[in-house]
Amino acid sequence: MRYLTARKRAEGKGSAGHGAEHHWFMQVSAVALALLTPFFIFIVGRALGAGHDEVLALFQRPWPVLVIGLMLVVGLIHARSGAQTMIEDYLQGGRRKAAIIFVTVLVYLLIATTLYALAKLAL
Amino acid sequence: MANTPANRPLSPHLSIYRPQIVSISSILTRITGNALIISALLLVWWLLAAATGPDYYATVNGVLTSWFGDLVMALSALGLWYHFLAGLRHLYYDSGRGLDVPTAERLGWACVIGSVILTVITLIIV
Repeated sequence: MRYLTARKRAEGKGSAGHGAEHHWFMQVSAVALALLTPFFIFIVGRALGAGHDEVLALFQRPWPVLVIGLMLVVGLIHARSGAQTMIEDYLQGGRRKAAIIFVTVLVYLLIATTLYALAKLAL
Repeated sequence: MANTPANRPLSPHLSIYRPQIVSISSILTRITGNALIISALLLVWWLLAAATGPDYYATVNGVLTSWFGDLVMALSALGLWYHFLAGLRHLYYDSGRGLDVPTAERLGWACVIGSVILTVITLIIV
């Protein structure tokens, strides 16, 4: 009788030693993002084009801050993983490394900026 | 043996490959997903501007609500809704279901048509 699940046995395998980690992470984050997307689109769609006072008032409430913050942070980490897979499919060698570093730096820069802006707006 | 050239067929020959809804809807998932990084960049720029002050906000908000900004944001909504539906389809595939050809083709069309419908609804509501 085997007590390990199929995923547990696949973890840590593969040439990069990452096994099923990427796939599982994308599944988990996809579920979270799918739940957030309708709220996110509604909030952002309404907020774009509003006056500065209205935007300040919007981000005084917890729900818009949490939805936009979670969507951007989880979405950008999900995007980093997807972009890395694309880069690994199309580029080799030094260009591949440079592209992965570029995407990683960009994503964390955007996440940090998001957190800074939301904190400043909400507090 | 080690120096024998691999005489295997190469696949897929994209240039002679007949476009099919399953392959098109798959590559669209990748295209929309990566294009959404640009959308995220614009939204973060807008957030930063709002946090900085009214003047900078007015500038950035003006760019994002110009006709070109509206076009980019509408395409971003289309891309996000498409990626949303394609992601749900991926989760369904991952459960081992929907992999027969007729179902897969229906799901591909559902992603394409569904994303357009959701985008139209979004543009009406917001």
